Amino acid sequence: MKKTLTTTVPAALVALGLASAASAEIRLGASVSATGPAAFLGDPEAKTLEMLVEELNAKGGINGEEIALVLYDDGGDANKARTFATRLIEDDEVQAIIGGTTTGTSMSILSVAEDAEIPFISLAGAIDIIQPVKPFTFKTPHTDRMACQKIFEDMQKSGIQKIGMISGTDGFGASMQAQCKDVVGEYGIEIAADETYDPKDADMTAQLTKIRNADGVQAVLNPGFGQGPSIVTRNYRQLGIELPLYQSHGVASDGFIELAGKEAAEGVRLPGTALLVADLLAEDDPQKPVVTAYKAAYEGKFNEPVGTFGGYAHDGFALLVDAVTRAGSAEPAAIRDALEQTAGLAGTTGIYAMSPDNHLGLDLSAFRMLEVKDGRWSIVE
Amino acid sequence: MSELLQFLFSGLTVGAVYALVALGFTIIYNASDVVNFAQGEFVMLGGMVTWFGHAAGLPLPLAALVAILATAALGVAINKLAIEPARGAPVVSLIIITIGASVFLQGAAQLVFDKQIHSFPAFSGDTPLRIGGATIQPQSLWVIGGALVVFAGLWLFFTRTLLGRAVLATSNNRLAAQLVGINTNFVMTLSFALSAGIGALAGVLATPITLTAYNVGIGFALKGFAGAMLGGMGNPKGALAGGFLIGLIEALTAGYLSSTYKEAAAFVVILLVLFFMPQGLFGRKSTERV
Repeated sequence: MKKTLTTTVPAALVALGLASAASAEIRLGASVSATGPAAFLGDPEAKTLEMLVEELNAKGGINGEEIALVLYDDGGDANKARTFATRLIEDDEVQAIIGGTTTGTSMSILSVAEDAEIPFISLAGAIDIIQPVKPFTFKTPHTDRMACQKIFEDMQKSGIQKIGMISGTDGFGASMQAQCKDVVGEYGIEIAADETYDPKDADMTAQLTKIRNADGVQAVLNPGFGQGPSIVTRNYRQLGIELPLYQSHGVASDGFIELAGKEAAEGVRLPGTALLVADLLAEDDPQKPVVTAYKAAYEGKFNEPVGTFGGYAHDGFALLVDAVTRAGSAEPAAIRDALEQTAGLAGTTGIYAMSPDNHLGLDLSAFRMLEVKDGRWSIVE
Repeated sequence: MSELLQFLFSGLTVGAVYALVALGFTIIYNASDVVNFAQGEFVMLGGMVTWFGHAAGLPLPLAALVAILATAALGVAINKLAIEPARGAPVVSLIIITIGASVFLQGAAQLVFDKQIHSFPAFSGDTPLRIGGATIQPQSLWVIGGALVVFAGLWLFFTRTLLGRAVLATSNNRLAAQLVGINTNFVMTLSFALSAGIGALAGVLATPITLTAYNVGIGFALKGFAGAMLGGMGNPKGALAGGFLIGLIEALTAGYLSSTYKEAAAFVVILLVLFFMPQGLFGRKSTERV
């Protein structure tokens, strides 16, 4: 379960005074949900962190110091995440923590990290993690509220005023459903039908028939992740519904098109990140080199497509490396101060610009509205 | 009208999956009174192994056959390695062993395969069939047909064959069955092989509709178990009726009331039925036990 990726030789050299660097190594802690119900998200995050640390150390580390990664698998259990966070800080003496795959695990890590004044970069979606701003807590994923806003903006452009919603009852679906309902009024859009499904359901045609028969529905929105959205998309085509279908960033991956089937997924829109359309980005796009490099490295090493969630871990690590480089020190307080001054850092999710009252640093422009065309993701202009 | 038909199709599709899983419970239960909680993992393995074989280049029918045979062999292994050594233990202990086997299989699948969601092509394409203004996927007909065939097979097995009666005799009284010359060890091995094979078949047929992943087993087992209980544990007729009934109640509740209450509606019906008919709709009376 525990992995330390540096060799001990450089550390020993430093200890003997043979190297000139001030400290031996930078100790980075991580607790992600590589197994358990959130394994779908945590597994690529763990792989990404291990891969990036290995890559960086092979290049000589940051400012000549290698990174020692201590990685724990909390299995999506908030209590375990708290225990691991405590162990990371007290026993492993890490200088920063990345992790917290789910909102639950993030909340328990952040309380420990805040008490110990260790900078923590969360990989979970909920806005509560960084609002109100906590001095040592940052996060990389955009919030589900932003996903709702991006979708409603796009609907507004097409003149859509009445929509139907079909949401998963899992944590992700329920949270996004609530956020969307909260923000929908600002866009002059009305929710005419509001249905749900259990994430394990095999058929959603009953709910979709009800939405289709609701008066004046012009588009359908499906917040959820896992297999649910793929089944919704298939049932949508099975019923021959011609209205635009919007999915959430929860299924922004090539796997979604494969599972739903190319024909069924055709025309589906969702707010996604640059990572999904790496080859379609303009040459001068600041995110292009970042996403292309990460995609090539990850897919080459693990032989599976990159996804948005691994991208969150990539960005968390990039933020940290950037902060340590600028601070010229790996002291927790110095890392924190530098993280807060992050400006214009291009990640896979967006371009980060932090400030004392914004510990997320992304705005709506980080999302790109994507549409499935000819069985592939394309950018909607 | 077309609305009602669509809800019924939805209910039949889901119900057929539940019924197939519920049928898998009946054989082991009939042979040993054990509710095999690893039944859902057999369904998961049917789907995952077929996906794996198909992705590795095997033709779909061959991959499906491999999956069913491999899962049946695994069922035998579980019986030999975990159930048989505990022979003589109370039924509750055996049930707990099956829960352990379920956790083990899920963990192993996560390591051997991966943690992603998978599927493979539907057997007869994805073009929905239009009937009376409603639509149904051709794969749904495969699942419904599969449930009916398995039901007919089991019914014939238990009522018309000596072996099937030997299974029932083993369940009634193991010692008496041994005394009249029934090889009870063989009966147990056979029942695990058949149950696992039927579970895997359910996974093979349902995966193009439900998709599969290492952790789908528990969900299948719960709904299948509910269907089997509603219909009457151990009776193939009950498993079939119970599975379809739960699927239909869920779809009609989602259609006419609210999708929020569909699971609740199904479970209220199960509670009511079990309250007035503790043996389920078609269950046998258990008065002969002392």
